[in-house]
Amino acid sequence: MKNFKFLLIGIFFGIVLTKSEVISWFRIYEMFKFQSFHMYGIIGSAVILGIPLMYLFNKQKIKTNQGVAVKIELREKGLSKNLLGGIIFGLGWALGGACPGPMFALIGKGIIPIVVVLFGAVLGAFAYHGIKHKLPH
Amino acid sequence: MDIILAPWPWYVAGPLITLTMFLLFYFGKRLGISSNLENLCAIGGAGKLVDFFKFDWRSKSWNLMVVLGIAIGGFIASHWLTSSDAVILNPKTIIDLDALGFKNAGAYFLPSEIYSLDAMLSLKGFLILIGAGFLVGFGSRYAGGCTSGHGIVGLSNLEIPSFIAVAGFFIGGLIMTWFIFPYLF
Repeated sequence: MKNFKFLLIGIFFGIVLTKSEVISWFRIYEMFKFQSFHMYGIIGSAVILGIPLMYLFNKQKIKTNQGVAVKIELREKGLSKNLLGGIIFGLGWALGGACPGPMFALIGKGIIPIVVVLFGAVLGAFAYHGIKHKLPH
Repeated sequence: MDIILAPWPWYVAGPLITLTMFLLFYFGKRLGISSNLENLCAIGGAGKLVDFFKFDWRSKSWNLMVVLGIAIGGFIASHWLTSSDAVILNPKTIIDLDALGFKNAGAYFLPSEIYSLDAMLSLKGFLILIGAGFLVGFGSRYAGGCTSGHGIVGLSNLEIPSFIAVAGFFIGGLIMTWFIFPYLF
């Protein structure tokens, strides 16, 4: 099964998110209160190591397992969409204390109310695509 | 074993997240969790209502496997790799939360004021849960990514849209935490 490796990568990622308490509502709250370095350290160290990694991928010094250059789909430009979308996301991230990855990890942890949050997130993604032609991008 | 069972510090978790991103790129994929919200819409038949969702979600099944894995990883980590569900917080955080009405902050992974069954089954609690999710889903697709796609991959790849989006994440998060929480709780 060619997708099995992605399941394994997901399991690894889920363990990391859970063990580092990124899935805890409290870790998100204290981040926005600037009362702990934990989340800043995680995102910061991931990005600082990620920058040379992406440089090597972009320079084709590292290739995929198929031996071809990595095709990196860039995120779309647009000040309104990135800023407004980002702000809306941030409001929800702080309120629920979970971004999409941790929502799935919390399901694995057996937290029933997170199913309501995930359902809301699916509904939100649906609503966005339903009304996106009316929004600034 | 104690070192596994205790919470992992940031300098372990951060590099392991970079490793996750590396593995996905190595297998030709870009890490991005919130795209799965669209995949779930498509599976649920949203294509009948909104044309965008008419894409073939089977082509994204690799990403659905990633989130299925995350759930399994969450199960494994919490059932077999964790000795305590308490979260050690800054005493100031506990005092601030107490003032908002959150009792015993940090005693469990999640606050019972939001994530208990009682809270879920109250009207206000249900609206908070579904509203938080709605904002995350709407905002992440509007911005074209979430903490993983923009926050980790986009920043690492020095993409301008990601810097703008992450600034937005923080503006929204700070507004919610500092200005809206006192009215909600």
